[in-house]
Amino acid sequence: MNITERQQAIIAEFAALSEWEDRYRRIIEYGRDLPAMDPAHKTDKNQVKGCQSVVWLHAELKDGAVVYSGDSDAMIVRGLIALLLKVYSGATPADVLATPPDFINATGLASHLSQTRANGLAAMVKQIRLYALAFQALAGRR
Amino acid sequence: MRQPAQTAGSTPDALDVQSVRADFPILSRTVHGKPLVYLDNGASTQKPQAVIDAVRRFYEHDYANIHRAVHELSQAATEAYENARRTVQRFLRAESEQEIVFVRGTTEGINLVAGSWGRANLGPGDEVLITAMEHHSNIVPWQMLCAERGARLVVAPMDQTGALIWPEFEKRLNSRTKLLGVVHVSNALGTVNPVRRMADAAHAVGARVLVDGAQAVAHAQVDVNALGADFYVFSGHKIFGPTGVGVLWGKADLLEAMPPWQGGGDMIRSVSFEKTEYAPAPAKFEAGTPHIAGGIGLAAALDYVTALGLPAIAAWEHELVRYAHERLAEIPGLRFIGTAPRKAAVVSFVLDGIHATDAGMILDQEGIAVRAGHHCAEPVMRFFGVPGTIRASFAFYNTRDEVDALVAGVRKVQKLFA
Repeated sequence: MNITERQQAIIAEFAALSEWEDRYRRIIEYGRDLPAMDPAHKTDKNQVKGCQSVVWLHAELKDGAVVYSGDSDAMIVRGLIALLLKVYSGATPADVLATPPDFINATGLASHLSQTRANGLAAMVKQIRLYALAFQALAGRR
Repeated sequence: MRQPAQTAGSTPDALDVQSVRADFPILSRTVHGKPLVYLDNGASTQKPQAVIDAVRRFYEHDYANIHRAVHELSQAATEAYENARRTVQRFLRAESEQEIVFVRGTTEGINLVAGSWGRANLGPGDEVLITAMEHHSNIVPWQMLCAERGARLVVAPMDQTGALIWPEFEKRLNSRTKLLGVVHVSNALGTVNPVRRMADAAHAVGARVLVDGAQAVAHAQVDVNALGADFYVFSGHKIFGPTGVGVLWGKADLLEAMPPWQGGGDMIRSVSFEKTEYAPAPAKFEAGTPHIAGGIGLAAALDYVTALGLPAIAAWEHELVRYAHERLAEIPGLRFIGTAPRKAAVVSFVLDGIHATDAGMILDQEGIAVRAGHHCAEPVMRFFGVPGTIRASFAFYNTRDEVDALVAGVRKVQKLFA
């Protein structure tokens, strides 16, 4: 699946859940299933500012693709990280930058999760794009 | 002004909560399709119609700058603002209106005392004593002052219930202690500190006493002289008034001896390029155009609270906190943080295996507004070994039904995370 198909799959998955309780339960499941982050990457530098819970995001470039990892001490935030990683991890920097996180609105998550400090969603999206931008700039310089 | 409703009958002073709720327009709205259950009064309180009307009437009818012009509007505005000062004076049982300094809020009040009194009176080796349950706003200004003056910040510890450990407090008072900064009611825990006893002990070693009243004034009658304080600060928005206005009360002789803090208009007697003479307190500390409408709104809020009666408010909130503890205690996996014998209007707790932020987000879906996090009191959270708590903080307009809604909400949180 390419980045667009992955995003569409998430939208379809959440569209099938009509109650907010079910959508939250699914996010929580995603949070529980998020692979553990390498503790070595849980550094101050990788902390996303602007979240009320502690959030780490790390990225490295592997074979031209951005591989993200992340973690949070709050489970719903972990679930949001898992969804973002499902869409963006493994994509090229150009694809990351060309793909806005439409699923946040399309899944109806936006009406429940205001993009404020409370869950840091906006800050996480920004950080994901910043990593891609940095890798792109780096590639351009070589 | 619309007077708040009270019940008649055998308990004439008891609150009629349903009538009181009708005074607060926002309480009838819904959140995510559910009736709003507002339990975040420790962060900020909602505004009664009387306050909204007072601010609106002022802007529609009497607005102009104060203390400056001879025209009718300016005189009316000045009179309204100075009347507000007298309302605050009566509310705090202060001896004179000269002791009432309008500030932006509690934080600015503390910074003013640190920046003016502190700079003038603190030197190398001196100590500022605070408690382990202070809000960041009663920690950071003293840290900054101590760093600048070569003084030392000393912290009196609390026990596992969140109460001050008296012998440890006494041990930290000595001839080097120049100021005691203490929170009247802890925002994170609800602990009510024995301020009078602490102030007496501090005065005995020659220290001055600043009391952070942000979480106290809306919940019990405060008499600044009976408390034994030298400075008392609070914010308007935590007592049903506007944001951006607050009060620093200081003893007249202290304020008189203190140097100005900020320079500008309104705080001077005469200005030349060679020398400026300052106005007496409180004008000396009120440089620039103040939040005039805020002061007027605050006075309306204090009038409202006074008409309801702080004893009746305290009694109802005591019952709410008791009921909340009783109901929440039924929930397995819930642990209270802050169980001091004397508590006011705050119930803080954690849930086994569930982050406070997660719980806060689910409760929000149920229309329940609580604070989930560290409550700007990170040292308190560290002491209890939790990243944050869920805090329900009450006002007199809260009901038992809302406590029930909170309990149901918490059970739902646990179900979703099961």
